[in-house]
Amino acid sequence: MDTKKELVVPRIENGTVIDHIPTNVLYQIVHILGLENYEDEVLIGNYLTSHKFIRKGIIKVKNKYFDNEEINKIALVAPMVTIIRIKNYEVIEKLEAEIPDHIDNFVKCMNPRCITNHEAIPTKFDVIDKKSLKLRCHYCEKFVTKDTIRFCE
Amino acid sequence: MSNLKGRNLISITDFSKEEYIQVLDIAEEFEKNPKQKILSDKVVATLFFEPSTRTRLSFESAANQLGARIIGFSDPGATSVQKGESLHDTITMVSSYSDLIVMRNPKEGSSRYASEVSTVPVINAGDGANQHPTQCMLDLYSIRKTQGTLDNLNIAMVGDLKYGRTVHSLTQAMCNFNATFHLVSPEELKLPSSVKMSIKNAGLKYYQYTEIKDIMATADIIYMTRVQRERFADPLEYERVKDSCILSADMLKGCKPNMRILHPLPRVNEITMDVDKTPYAYYFQQAQNGVYVRQALMAAILGVR
Repeated sequence: MDTKKELVVPRIENGTVIDHIPTNVLYQIVHILGLENYEDEVLIGNYLTSHKFIRKGIIKVKNKYFDNEEINKIALVAPMVTIIRIKNYEVIEKLEAEIPDHIDNFVKCMNPRCITNHEAIPTKFDVIDKKSLKLRCHYCEKFVTKDTIRFCE
Repeated sequence: MSNLKGRNLISITDFSKEEYIQVLDIAEEFEKNPKQKILSDKVVATLFFEPSTRTRLSFESAANQLGARIIGFSDPGATSVQKGESLHDTITMVSSYSDLIVMRNPKEGSSRYASEVSTVPVINAGDGANQHPTQCMLDLYSIRKTQGTLDNLNIAMVGDLKYGRTVHSLTQAMCNFNATFHLVSPEELKLPSSVKMSIKNAGLKYYQYTEIKDIMATADIIYMTRVQRERFADPLEYERVKDSCILSADMLKGCKPNMRILHPLPRVNEITMDVDKTPYAYYFQQAQNGVYVRQALMAAILGVR
């Protein structure tokens, strides 16, 4: 008898699985990875039962392998997620997202007087504290924290 | 000795302690002999996207005394900026007309961005509430000149320590010189915790007070700033505390003989006029020192010192 439980979100043959996503940031990650515009299968499950968390989210993206820069962006909102690369239904690599030292053209500066909110300039941030997530705008030198972080449109 | 030729000065942290001292040493030379035509083949652009009489005139006087030609504007309303030209395009154009750009712009981070676009060095003459490094350098020059040293001093900061950009920069800079900080402000306008943290991280001490009299016997420098009514959510609170940060001549009894009073100016009523005649008043000389410091910076950045 097959003891494996039924998968709520079906397996994918090739692509990426993002697992152990806190339920409150799942759709943020969908947005960070630009999956709204991805033209292939994207399977999303949220509030699933998990061992690690009481409830978790999962995203499976068919035929897509994200580069490290894209993966590290996820770490800004969910540092504990697991990234799994799948080939022919097998796990070929497990990665953990890591907060980078510098973040370019991704985080929005929350200072309304910052030049990046007035001219078409790609934002740049230096990561000051990875643990508490504290970023400093390269231009106006103001800080962005976990609670105030917003992403560029 | 560092070569400062071609460098930008955008933020107080762009130069090392040694480089600041190097600029102060050059400024001393210009104080003795301010009229030297060493920049007569140079064009300095002063781009003031918002009015600032003192800073602009100080830079222009400094450049003029060194023989440089000055181009620029003090009112962006009369330029193509008014037509919607981007900062990128303005800076690209002006950097092809000049050897050095001095810029003030109310948008924070604008000078850093300008330095990335420009093909010539940029000196930040104030980008909103963010940085105004030449003010900090003239403060350092004034402190060294009046005290004979920058090391081991008791620096009292009075007034609006929360929003005062000059206070934050000077605190950061003095952390390099083993200063002890005495902070006098109303509760609402205390020094931000991030600046206090940089004092602690430097292994230095700060003490907080609500009355100027408490620091009078200790201070080597009293750095006064303006307490602005609009900073208070409650106007009654402003009325209650506004007089606690006013310095008058009768309060100077018991101060150290070497003590000097600095102020980034303009002052309103936080230093009463009777202080001006005392030997402790130094704020007008401080503004004058700004010319020598800006001469030194321009000469070093343009490679003639």
